[in-house]
Amino acid sequence: MNELLRRLLFLPEQASTFAYEIDRLHYFVILTTFVMSTAVGLTAIFFFIRYRRRSEAQTTPHIQPSLMMEAGFIFVPLAFFLAWWAIGYRIYIEQTTPPQGAMDVYVQAKKWMWKFAYPGGPNAVNVLRVPSNRPVRLLMTSRDVIHSFYVPEFRVKQDVLPGRYTEMWFEAVQPGRYQILCAEYCGAGHSVMRGEVIVLKPEEYEDWLSAQHRGLAERQDGAPTALDFAPAIGNLVDQGRRLAQEQGCVKCHTVDGTRHIGPTWLDLYHRKEKLQDGTSVDVDEAYITESMMDPLSKVVAGFQPVMPSFENKLAGPEVAAIVEYIKSLQSDAVRTGASEGPAYAPVRGR
Amino acid sequence: MRQSVEDSRQLAAPAVPENYLRDGTTVGSWLNTRDHKRIGVMFLAAVLFFFFIGGVFALALRMKLLFPGPFLFDALTYNRLFTLHGVTMIFLFLIPAIPAVFGNFMLPLMLGARDVAFPRLNLASLYVYLSGAALAVWGFIHGGADTGWTFYTPYSSTTPTQVLPLLVAVFILGFSSILTGINFIVTVHTMRAPGLGWSRLPLFVWSIYGTSVIQVLATPVIGFTVMVVAAERVFSFGIFDPARGGDPVLFQHLFWFYSHPAVYIMILPAMGVISECVAAYSRKNPFGYKAIAYSSLGIAFVGFFTWGHHMFVAGQSAFDNGVFGVLSMFVGIFTAIKVFNWVGTMYRGAIAFRTPFAYICGFLFFLVFGGMTGIAVATVALDVHWHDTYFVVAHFHFIMVGAALMAFLAGLHYWFPKMFGRTYHEGWGLVAASLIILGFNATFIPQFLLGNQGMPRRYYQYPEQFQALNVASTAGATLLGFGFVIILIYLVIALRWGPRCERNPWGSKGFEWLTDSPPPTHNYDVIPTITQDPHDYRTHAPPGVYNV
Repeated sequence: MNELLRRLLFLPEQASTFAYEIDRLHYFVILTTFVMSTAVGLTAIFFFIRYRRRSEAQTTPHIQPSLMMEAGFIFVPLAFFLAWWAIGYRIYIEQTTPPQGAMDVYVQAKKWMWKFAYPGGPNAVNVLRVPSNRPVRLLMTSRDVIHSFYVPEFRVKQDVLPGRYTEMWFEAVQPGRYQILCAEYCGAGHSVMRGEVIVLKPEEYEDWLSAQHRGLAERQDGAPTALDFAPAIGNLVDQGRRLAQEQGCVKCHTVDGTRHIGPTWLDLYHRKEKLQDGTSVDVDEAYITESMMDPLSKVVAGFQPVMPSFENKLAGPEVAAIVEYIKSLQSDAVRTGASEGPAYAPVRGR
Repeated sequence: MRQSVEDSRQLAAPAVPENYLRDGTTVGSWLNTRDHKRIGVMFLAAVLFFFFIGGVFALALRMKLLFPGPFLFDALTYNRLFTLHGVTMIFLFLIPAIPAVFGNFMLPLMLGARDVAFPRLNLASLYVYLSGAALAVWGFIHGGADTGWTFYTPYSSTTPTQVLPLLVAVFILGFSSILTGINFIVTVHTMRAPGLGWSRLPLFVWSIYGTSVIQVLATPVIGFTVMVVAAERVFSFGIFDPARGGDPVLFQHLFWFYSHPAVYIMILPAMGVISECVAAYSRKNPFGYKAIAYSSLGIAFVGFFTWGHHMFVAGQSAFDNGVFGVLSMFVGIFTAIKVFNWVGTMYRGAIAFRTPFAYICGFLFFLVFGGMTGIAVATVALDVHWHDTYFVVAHFHFIMVGAALMAFLAGLHYWFPKMFGRTYHEGWGLVAASLIILGFNATFIPQFLLGNQGMPRRYYQYPEQFQALNVASTAGATLLGFGFVIILIYLVIALRWGPRCERNPWGSKGFEWLTDSPPPTHNYDVIPTITQDPHDYRTHAPPGVYNV
């Protein structure tokens, strides 16, 4: 039944964990729509045949609907609509709440290509390799205008904005190759801003990753990667450690918990920091990036506003590397893992 | 503002021309007129011209999409064409189409008034519209813009194409819309004939009233928003462009705060036309008159609180998405109420299957299907897959072409004798209607499937798996185009050579038929006193003598 409806409606294959659930709601909504619109059309035609005009001077009675009938007109469709909303919103929460322990990949969009940076390894252009059956979280930002990351087979899509991070996640269930399409109009190359997700079996993925570490599979993906990437040596954490020294971050920020000119980086990720203006902030990827680009806008209470801006000094993947390095600095007491999860708990835990 | 009987006697003094079309035949007598009917007719000519231009753009786009690779023209030209198609169809055709044409012409007639409240302002709204349109055309000729009609920042604040003239044109056109809206609101409040209480207003008037409220409240927002984009381009403001410290999503909020209600500016008057036509051709009082009337106001109100459903994947919070999702479900209910009541109106009526009735049947199917797919895309989890794909394109074309344009055509045929005193060829009317309804389905149902399959909108080139459905869609569009050409031919013939008709050829009991067809310059020699509800068919009104 699923397969038949999927083909009738031209839906692509269901290659992520939530694709089937979404399609089931899709069938329910679309079939109801078909039934209703056809029923209205047929009723109109039936009324025409039954009540066609028989003489030019024909008169008709004055009829008003009863209150019950009007209430039916309102509440029957409303019940359907609200049910769809409720089911759809529950799936949506699940669909946008990355599970703990998801593997992070940084995505940078620019006219007209996709760049990927893996915490554990290399950078790539237009080809995203992920293992199957493992949740992957994408942390995305754009260099220029708004783009949108869309993989039809996974039923996921998220706009990629300049000046901030957006995130999305998926878990691929089937090894294979899936097209990435840009869904937000971005100019002359919009329709060819395509990429590919290659889902590998977990062990193949590990093989590929270690091959990358050894530097064997040099630039397999064969695109102009060198454009504005620092040469990828080691994983993102290693790159971040090196960059933090090169850029002088560690002159002010310690990594062992002692207090210095700036807040320490140890256990910084997901710490609740009190700001000078009395508000507090959850230190996530977005806040760390913002602090590099515009350090004086949200200064942590008890510190002087002395940090210089690194805007135009750090490329996107370098920022990602430093963020990853900071995320790796966790004392044992603190949980390790990708993220605390968003403000909305998944309704059905995963 | 109500004129006394003495005044009307004077106005009806001898040597008065037999109807408004004969009252001065020079070009100047048209350009300087303050007659709402002539202004309506001039708006009709203008919007039909732009509908033709927008249609040519659409066909060019469809021709290109026959093939997945580059074909006919390059990507930049394609991007300009879809921008111009959108801007022309929305700002120059759909928004003014029904209010400025039929609203202008019929509203005072239905109210038993001699004109709108501010006739000069009415003429001004025509000239404001024409200057906005002229600027837009100037922009088209000097390169055009490639932003899409949505002007999303930061693309629109950085692209080197000619966005500025279009932004200013949208700003100017907005004023035309506001002027029309204010005029109609005041007219409905102050110029109703004796006996014409609010509970007796024709349903078309209710829908135009709701539309006018939206026009007056929402249009200023798009006005200042496009001006800020213009300022960002000219003076490098950093309001929307993050490279200059702005927020691109703020633009989307402001844009949709207008543009979602703008959908109702396009569809509400269409619903009004259908309410009139259903009653007239079913020869039956409107079923659930109050429900239809109040739902017009309901749409106008709730429509202001749903804009966020255009931004489910734009980086809006999950909480906002939930709220905008559920509010969008409520706006659907008002449309459902209307649909059921229109079908109810046919029950035990005396239905004549004329050309407008064919459009009514098409309209009902398209509105229910288009409306419910709207509910579908407001269902957050489903929208994630559909957002910015051809599914959305198909959905809004179902509403804007399927529903709004069908209603425009229904109204054009229903009121053609009222406006010009002649009738068109019924047989050709039905042929064209069938072609259009068939062609429309063939154009846009494949686009729903393309969206399911995952084809994003605004694609110049596309992966090959999408070709079959694209070819089907282009074939349908060609059929649709033929339908419009047929209408154009037989209406032009009818205008010149069509048989003259009597005052009320359909035996309708809408109030606009109380006066002659075409009406005299000042509509009513004696202001009628309304003693009946509109469309009360318990008695028969022969074509020549409908009076209350």
